[in-house]
Amino acid sequence: MTAATEAFRHPAVRNRLTTRQLPKRAGLYTLIGAFILAAAVQGLTGFNWFALLALTCVFYLPAIYLLSRVKENRRKALDRLIRSLVTVAFLLALAPLISTLWTVVSKGLGILNWEFISTSGGAARINPDTLELVSSSGALQAIVGTLQITGLATLFSVPIGLLTAIYLVEYAQPAFWLRRTVNFLVDVMTGIPSIVAGLFAFSLFTLLLGPKAFSGLSAAVALSVLMIPTVVRSCEEMLRLVPADLREASYALGVTKYVTIVRIVIPTAIAGIATGVTLAIARVIGETAPIFMAASFTDSFNANPLSGPMQTLPVMAYTGYKFPGQNIDLSNSQAWGAALLLVLLVIVLNLVARIIAMIFAPKTSR
Amino acid sequence: MSKSNGVAKSISVKDLNVYYGEFLAVHDVSIDIAPRSVTAFIGPSGCGKSTLLRTLNRMHEVLPGAHVTGEVLVDGDDLYGAGVDPVTVRRQIGMVFQRPNPFPTMSIKENVLAGVRLNNRRISRSAADELVERSLRGANLWNEVKDRLDKPGQGLSGGQQQRLCIARAIAVEPQVLLMDEPCSALDPISTLAVEDLINELKDSYTVVIVTHNMQQAARVSDMTAFFNIAGSGKPGKLIEYAQTTTIFNNPAQKSTEDYVSGRFG
Ligand SMILES: Nc1ncnc2c1ncn2[C@@H]1O[C@H](COP(=O)(O)OP(=O)(O)OP(=O)(O)O)[C@@H](O)[C@H]1O
Ligand SMILES: [Mg+2]
Repeated sequence: MTAATEAFRHPAVRNRLTTRQLPKRAGLYTLIGAFILAAAVQGLTGFNWFALLALTCVFYLPAIYLLSRVKENRRKALDRLIRSLVTVAFLLALAPLISTLWTVVSKGLGILNWEFISTSGGAARINPDTLELVSSSGALQAIVGTLQITGLATLFSVPIGLLTAIYLVEYAQPAFWLRRTVNFLVDVMTGIPSIVAGLFAFSLFTLLLGPKAFSGLSAAVALSVLMIPTVVRSCEEMLRLVPADLREASYALGVTKYVTIVRIVIPTAIAGIATGVTLAIARVIGETAPIFMAASFTDSFNANPLSGPMQTLPVMAYTGYKFPGQNIDLSNSQAWGAALLLVLLVIVLNLVARIIAMIFAPKTSR
Repeated sequence: MSKSNGVAKSISVKDLNVYYGEFLAVHDVSIDIAPRSVTAFIGPSGCGKSTLLRTLNRMHEVLPGAHVTGEVLVDGDDLYGAGVDPVTVRRQIGMVFQRPNPFPTMSIKENVLAGVRLNNRRISRSAADELVERSLRGANLWNEVKDRLDKPGQGLSGGQQQRLCIARAIAVEPQVLLMDEPCSALDPISTLAVEDLINELKDSYTVVIVTHNMQQAARVSDMTAFFNIAGSGKPGKLIEYAQTTTIFNNPAQKSTEDYVSGRFG
């Protein structure tokens, strides 16, 4: 038996590949220590959540670095330090999100019930028991308005955006002037502030239909202006990801370019396109200013996007705070309810995007 | 094996220059390919074999800026004449690519039928099933996939994918079949199967095959064309075109002999 196999059999001899290491839970214990120390300091100075967490960081970072530096080596110490810093950065980035969600949920959950969703505001009725005049406080008009306006905007933007992307990717030669022009215009459109889009739609409809031409359609046009460039860019990206090999394989079978695009390229990219479109919708669904300008706001139910002011959830949240009714508390809580509904709607949209992507994704399983 | 829907065609290339934009990739090639024969293109990497092959069914011009000068006659008709529709050309001249490229959204069966379906040709269910089996058998893939025809084509191994692409190409029954290193991803058994297939195809099709495998060229081809390149950035040229036995046993050019005997390249 050779020496090598001998050593293999009897690992009693120290493994020369090991280096000095901190015990397994050292990081956790250090963190707890830093936390206790921070709490103790807080005991002297007075309590504050933010300061507690900040102090914990301040104690923990040098402590873990020094500990590791002494017990392990320089590389590991640096690794632990940077890892901790990255985690802190991640938590910092997460903080506003969690804080916003928490505020919206805690303030909006109180008013969120079936009545809020299923009735519209403004409609006053007499309570038969007390004979008092109560005004209902629902958000139905805003839910319907949001769905109709974003739905219409999607209906306008997706065909225009997808066809533009197809032109840019499949048809335009790289240096052709029309392609450069379209690219430039899409870039310009991407940068248009949403209020300008609102102004555009408002003045367009005022020119066409005369003064006070508020309508859901007008708001949908404003949103389309914002949505089209996003849709163009995401579809373009997705179409470019389709390998040229697939197009060539199709051409080599004597398939025309048009059929290749419709039956090969788009199906291959459809998951990404669907995700991109859903994210574009999620982005414009929260727009307030352009809708406020183009569709104004209202408490009464209006399901006709062709005429009359229309309410949407973000506008409802805004007006509930800015122009409260006689019952200020009620208006404010309505605003929070609308905000919560909006957040829920966006979450649902994101889930839908994921599901669509999953359904359409090219299948590679055996 | 299926008989092709038309007669095999001859190909005659005259003074062909092939460009990528400004860059001349293939210089002044003239070559006559007989119907019902197998012709092998051999030569070092980058000498323009794939490029020349792609000009034979007008796939070359799919790339922006790519163009040719000169003539390619298929049974006497100019491929690059005014008013020639590349789509019609490609329906008659099929191609198998260097890298396998099955359609990811389609099942194995749909991949084989892609050429028929995408061209909106009506085909009965039983005829489709028969065509699928015939094509897959032709590409020596049938036994491996017959139980999972409805599974995605991309779930196959690389070599299986390549044979699927061959099945897809022969399912449309072209008159000429261009193959760009069809066996570079295959194991010896599948390679042999593809070579058998080529031998059968020869009865009804004209086959042009690019290969880096000298034995393969010697085994399957009737005629062999040797291409070479003077240096990087220089255009590829046809050095010698003759009977395969001549190229391998008694070439006229020194560089051909060096290449086929493995002394360079
Ligand atoms: N899409 C392209 N754009 C510009 N030049 C190209 C392109 N494709 C190939 N070339 C150039 O054309 C020349 C010939 O390339 P080609 O692919 O035909 O070589 P090949 O003989 O098939 O090589 P291999 O045996 O490695 O496949 C090379 O110099 C290559 O750099
Ligand atoms: Mg090649």
